[in-house]
Amino acid sequence: MDFAVELILVFVLLTDMTLLGTGRLATSIWLSAVQGMALGVLPLLVAEHEITLRLVVFAAVVFTLKGIVFPRLLSRAARMADVKHEVEPIVGYSASILIGLVIVILSAWVGAAFPLPIAHLPVSPVLLPTALATILSGLFLIVSRRTALTQVVGYLVLENGIYILGAALAQEEPFLVEMGVLLDVFVAVFVMGIAIFHISREFDHIDVDQLTSLKD
Amino acid sequence: MILALVCVPLVAGLIAFGWRSDAGRRMLLVLSALVHLGLTAACWIELPAPMWEGWLKLDSLGLLFLSITSVLFLASSIYCLGYLGKEHGVSHIDFEEHLFFSNEPEAVFTGCLLLFLASMTLVTVSQHFGLLWVGIEATTLASAPLIYFHRQHRSLEATWKYLLICSVGIALALLGNILLAVAATGTGTTSSSLVLSELLIVKMGHVSWLKASFLFFLVGYGTKMGLAPMHTWLPDAHSESPSLVSALLSGALLNCAFLGILRAHQVCAAAGEAPFSQGLLLFFGLLSMGVAAIFIIAQADYKRMLAYSSVEHMGILAIGVGLGGAGALGAALHAVNHSFTKAMLFLVAGNVLATFGTKSICDVRGVLKVIPWSGVLWLAGFLAITGTPPFGPFLSEFTILKAALDNDRGWVAGIYLLFLAIIFVGMANSVLVMTQGPVTGTVRPDPRREGWWSILPPLGLSVVVLTLGLYIPPRLGRLLEETQQILSPTVAAQPPKVAQQVRPLR
Repeated sequence: MDFAVELILVFVLLTDMTLLGTGRLATSIWLSAVQGMALGVLPLLVAEHEITLRLVVFAAVVFTLKGIVFPRLLSRAARMADVKHEVEPIVGYSASILIGLVIVILSAWVGAAFPLPIAHLPVSPVLLPTALATILSGLFLIVSRRTALTQVVGYLVLENGIYILGAALAQEEPFLVEMGVLLDVFVAVFVMGIAIFHISREFDHIDVDQLTSLKD
Repeated sequence: MILALVCVPLVAGLIAFGWRSDAGRRMLLVLSALVHLGLTAACWIELPAPMWEGWLKLDSLGLLFLSITSVLFLASSIYCLGYLGKEHGVSHIDFEEHLFFSNEPEAVFTGCLLLFLASMTLVTVSQHFGLLWVGIEATTLASAPLIYFHRQHRSLEATWKYLLICSVGIALALLGNILLAVAATGTGTTSSSLVLSELLIVKMGHVSWLKASFLFFLVGYGTKMGLAPMHTWLPDAHSESPSLVSALLSGALLNCAFLGILRAHQVCAAAGEAPFSQGLLLFFGLLSMGVAAIFIIAQADYKRMLAYSSVEHMGILAIGVGLGGAGALGAALHAVNHSFTKAMLFLVAGNVLATFGTKSICDVRGVLKVIPWSGVLWLAGFLAITGTPPFGPFLSEFTILKAALDNDRGWVAGIYLLFLAIIFVGMANSVLVMTQGPVTGTVRPDPRREGWWSILPPLGLSVVVLTLGLYIPPRLGRLLEETQQILSPTVAAQPPKVAQQVRPLR
């Protein structure tokens, strides 16, 4: 089981890096979809005791939302806004990958310096660094890209990173709260999708650099 | 009872989405606001019983914030009647760029207003950190369509910034939740419940993780609350949304986010880490006041000026809690005073905007002559918000100042007074110029735009603010003392002051 968990975590790390290096929106959305699917499987593997129905339902919901529904919503927004490619990112793709490497090294260091203080949970040592690296790459995507859609992908990656930590640590987290969090993220993506549609109609593009009429 | 508080606006909101008749929907809005206020008033007589194993519970702190929200919502919904009447129609001319735009469908607007109330109510009654998070994120999502009521590019820009910045901020607070769960995991026990009452008594296994979690809560919910330097979305959203929405955002929503920080502070204080959380609150509070002071001077847009004033007052709230003791009481009172005053100011600003058709301070002259009611209220609101006696904010700001001096924090008191003075001068400069003088030639004000629907709510709020400055009802006084007990539990928890003061003699 541990091997499978680590395989998934490494896979997530690789998708993070690929996301940082890609400019095609369809690829970005697709990458976030596979990442979401992998994370849907994660809670089934982390559980050290028997797999309950509750856990299966949860995993299925995560898999469907993160792996299928969110990407669908985003692709629809991309189609309606008629964008295919990221325009001139603020930080170039190769530089982004280099920064991604720095993020991974930093996360590995933090993970080693502050081990999770939970003795009774056998957590893979790769988990904390992966979660941190995913959170940081999500944040980096949000600040370094100009297209509103890529920023939403960045937000999803950030959520995925937090989810990795949550799935491993807060297993006692009540079902209702988990569902509430997922519902919120779902509505957030939905509302952002609508906003992107309006931005594309109002500005003829979804390049948020042009959103500069409000300032002091 | 608690469920009814959340469900009344929730159900009403869902109905409003599907209801065809405009008049019926508006009645539904005011009616649910009245029912909500009635239920809240009933809670003042007797606190409702906790539900769902203590997940939903109304304590004094929650009741205080719930009452603010409920009163403001009623005022805004009455204002809304007049506002929607005026805004009715297919296309409008943009005040600033003279382009045509249309409004959001009224059903969506009303529905989202009610859902917004439901989510804010959920925040005030939830005792479980996960549920609290769900509530706060829901407030963002319900209010985003409200900001985009006028479908033009500036409000769209404000909405996008609001959505993205706040969602990312609140995602960081979710990380705070997880870290808190780690911190609460004792050395032996496996369960880590995130219910507040249990977190207050549990022995924190890992204090450094608790501190980390408080940091994430502060930055995450602080983004939503508008603490500098995470406040960047706030002036845009407040200036571009319809005035009644600005009033709700500033008066009710910011408080709800603050409640999230206060809950985390409660846990820190119970674990004996109050100095850590108080120090951070003080720092961010002073920083917010400073940033607000800089941007209020020479501000060209009066709605943005009010928005920065909200940043300032959120800073004052943080400082009050950061000082602890009487400062916490002052902060609780100030939350009430600020919310009512600022909501009233935003509603009056809406009247000024509707009459003069511009948000620029330079172009608005002679408000007192053209619309006397709004002019007087605008002046009164300015005096109140800058802490002039005999209005309520004076009393609470003074309490916080006194707490700073009593705490031997002379430097905090000094900086606090300096920023208050700068902001007073900055706001006076704009407000006095706007109210006085003859109307200039470029703008043609239309005084018919001021109706009774838009005067009565701010008038009522200003009467409350004035009353609170002169007389605090005993029941409210008791509630404030209880919140002080919650926010800074015992004096004994702090290290003895004398020991710190004595320095080795050389």
